[in-house]
Amino acid sequence: MGLLAGSSVHLSWNLGSDLHQLFAFHFMVNALRAATITAIVAGAAGWFVVFRRQAFAGHTLSVVAFPGAAGATWLGITAAWGYFGFCVAAAVIISAVPYSDDRRGFSEEPAIVGVVQAFFLALGFLFVMLYKGFLNGVDALLFGTFLGVTDHQVVVLAAVGAAALAALAVIGRPLLFASVDPAVASASGVPVRALSVVFLIVLGVAVAEVSQITGALLVFALLVMPAAAAQQLTARPALGLILSVVIGLVVVWLGIGVSYFSVYPSGFYITTFGFAAYLVAVAFRHLWDRFGWQRSLPPVRVALPA
Amino acid sequence: MIATGMISAGTLDPITGISHMLAHPFMIRAFEAGTLIAAACGLVGYFVVLRAQVFTGDALSHVAFTGALVALAIGVDLRIGLFVGCVLFGVAMAVLGTRGRADDVVIGNTFAWILGLGVLFLTIYTSNGGGNGTTGVNVLFGSIFGLSPSQTAVAAAVGAGLVVVMVAIARPLLFASIDEAVAAAAGVPVRALGVGFLALVGVTAGEATQAVGALLLLGLLSAPAAAAQRFTARPYPALALSVLLAVGSMWGGLALAYAAPTLPPSFTILAFATGVYLVAIIASQVRRRQLTPAAAR
Repeated sequence: MGLLAGSSVHLSWNLGSDLHQLFAFHFMVNALRAATITAIVAGAAGWFVVFRRQAFAGHTLSVVAFPGAAGATWLGITAAWGYFGFCVAAAVIISAVPYSDDRRGFSEEPAIVGVVQAFFLALGFLFVMLYKGFLNGVDALLFGTFLGVTDHQVVVLAAVGAAALAALAVIGRPLLFASVDPAVASASGVPVRALSVVFLIVLGVAVAEVSQITGALLVFALLVMPAAAAQQLTARPALGLILSVVIGLVVVWLGIGVSYFSVYPSGFYITTFGFAAYLVAVAFRHLWDRFGWQRSLPPVRVALPA
Repeated sequence: MIATGMISAGTLDPITGISHMLAHPFMIRAFEAGTLIAAACGLVGYFVVLRAQVFTGDALSHVAFTGALVALAIGVDLRIGLFVGCVLFGVAMAVLGTRGRADDVVIGNTFAWILGLGVLFLTIYTSNGGGNGTTGVNVLFGSIFGLSPSQTAVAAAVGAGLVVVMVAIARPLLFASIDEAVAAAAGVPVRALGVGFLALVGVTAGEATQAVGALLLLGLLSAPAAAAQRFTARPYPALALSVLLAVGSMWGGLALAYAAPTLPPSFTILAFATGVYLVAIIASQVRRRQLTPAAAR
């Protein structure tokens, strides 16, 4: 990062010394702690986002973190309130607006999601303009900074992250069922609509959490890239979730580690490593299919969970 | 807020207020470019919503950011990056996707990475001494009051061109969007239309970025179109209404931002567009309740 450019930090061929440098400062330890928590939460929540093909809603909830943070700064309250408040509010709005899918296959839902996204971002810009003198902080809100994560923040992130994971664990199984076949699930008594609302709210909490580290515009990368890579490799939900979290962790650690020694921002490295992981997974899958091993690898779209 | 603005403009009379507003060259330019940009967004947006390609529009808004910053970092006109980036991405999505429509997860992965590249070029640009920390913000959130005369001329010309092309292809595109199979059987070049349309969406994204910014153009594309669809299901009236609502939001937003200088124009334009959509939703819910009291939810 820019702050470190010109300081004594430099990469060597000695991995031990590199790691030692990485952990030399308390802020880096906190950054890695926070990044670990966010990668786990994003990996797990993202798996459901990709599985349910809700990339657009996921992206909208993530960018809403920006007006949240900007509004909190303008009002002078703790940024965390803004992050969580706005992300959850957007989740509620997206699920609450009655949309009409008319007879000619005109689907209104994406339009609503798009309007919510653009309006919330416009609100964020308004807060930025109202709070004069924080224009230079906008880039940090949008693209993240892992510098200056406090111990208290790490504790809050861990607590909220644990709560989000617990909520996912509770609704995970019926949600999977409802995602695979809404009609059958609903017929067998699964509250499909309630589940999708609860999932969006949990997702709102998760992205609010992640965006405090990655910035509002790059949360989406952590949400969708590891999960999409994992779903190329396995169709088994449990394995896929674990794989998604593991890929997320590797991507975030690599991204932060490399950017620590570089003048370029962590956001660039995290998205690049994430995209690389996705491309490798896609390539692997294509090779696997080409060499006729299809039968040992189940199809990408998952069958009903047992 | 309008009232206080009028007072600051020296009068309470709206007619005089408007003539004061239009006495500023920057306001005239904002109206000239804004009207044509909004009209193009209304037309293109209607098809974006109809063809369920809103997420592609979302992706393009991020590509617009990266395109602009790549152009700035290598030292060419920002608009070249905007248009080239958006059109290339639009065409790529159309060509790669099945039946001219790419999968959401593929789009999401790709634009998330492209945005990461944008962050890289933002750093390169600012660390080379270009910009003052607000360049990125201007690209993301627009600066329609800051358009130069030549920028206005280009934006208006491109906007007018988009409107002409959209009107010309409206009929076959409508056919292809509503029933692709039948349209293809009737000899409509469905695939070419799909690719060409996404190229036009790319041009529109680059165009709208200059007015409301990369991050907000999605609202100008989808809100008037979805509102129009709430009022009428007939395609041509809906298309016309979409244009009217988009232009109306643009005018209302520009006037409000002029009257209340603390409010940035990008916000007021989006606020009008969202407000129109909200009214449309409420009106159609009320109407539905009146029509079928028993089925009211």
